[in-house]
Amino acid sequence: MRVVAIIPAYNEASTLAEVIKYTQPFVDVVVVVNDGSKDQTAQIAFACGAQVVSHVINRGLGAAIGTGLEAAKRLQADVAITLDGDGQHDPREIPAFVRAILEGADMVIGSRMLTRAGMPWYRQVANFLGNIVTFVLFGVWVTDSQSGFRAFSRRALETIEIHTNRMEVSSELVAETKQKQLKLVEIPIQAIYTQYSLSKGQNFFVGLKTLGKLVLRRLM
Amino acid sequence: MTFLQGFLLLFFLFALVRTIKQFRKHQMPVYWALLWVMVWLIAGVVVLLPQTTDIAARLVGVGRGVDVVIYLALVLLFYLVFRLYARQETIEREITKLVRNIALDRKEDDADKTV
Repeated sequence: MRVVAIIPAYNEASTLAEVIKYTQPFVDVVVVVNDGSKDQTAQIAFACGAQVVSHVINRGLGAAIGTGLEAAKRLQADVAITLDGDGQHDPREIPAFVRAILEGADMVIGSRMLTRAGMPWYRQVANFLGNIVTFVLFGVWVTDSQSGFRAFSRRALETIEIHTNRMEVSSELVAETKQKQLKLVEIPIQAIYTQYSLSKGQNFFVGLKTLGKLVLRRLM
Repeated sequence: MTFLQGFLLLFFLFALVRTIKQFRKHQMPVYWALLWVMVWLIAGVVVLLPQTTDIAARLVGVGRGVDVVIYLALVLLFYLVFRLYARQETIEREITKLVRNIALDRKEDDADKTV
């Protein structure tokens, strides 16, 4: 069985090496999608032994995840895991995702809301709003629609189509599982919050923009 | 005819000619050309004969003709903004496809070189 980790990265030079190093023991291949970074992200990823796919210009999280899933498909992955490059996710939890896929899930979401430990209250509120928007627009209820720690089965890799480019991809992936009749499972994860990872999140205005794009995604 | 009426009529005439030219060069589909021709003709009639809007106002139950024009203009503007937004979104998706294919092809080229 081939497990491929996908790390979308935009200017993550300060944390990426550690993330790759701690991920490698749990997967067969690490693919870093360098989303038009201005720093040494690509060089660091390459030096750490990851496969690097570089966007010539920055296209956003959704575009990077789409490219990563396509790369995983070309690498004949049986399981693809996405995790953030900012060190927020603990790679030691990857086996639990793989187990869930082996037990029949097509997409696994690592939910921070099932444990909530260490999660700032405003992040909990933002996530809850994201869950409500996802439910209202796409009719699927999950406890952490915005989580970046996910796993995909080969079937999911072959059927999921990503159209959105930016943060709205999280809700779109949930919507795709319903549209393509894929089995969605959530497992609890423990997020690691640092000053750095908190600075990478969505602010209020980006959240509004994401909402607008999701409405358009629903209409188009 | 006031100066403003003359100016607006000239502008609508210019816009009408541009629409027809674009349609002839196949740069605009027939339904869009028809819609825009209608918009410019109606706008011309409204500017030349403002009292005609009162008939429309009575028909839809709005007090003054000029209010009907403003409401319709707002609806049209909202619709056009939505269309532009949707078009921009489509272009964004196309750019992403292009960037993705370039990225994946380059990676495969690099892999071929190292074999």
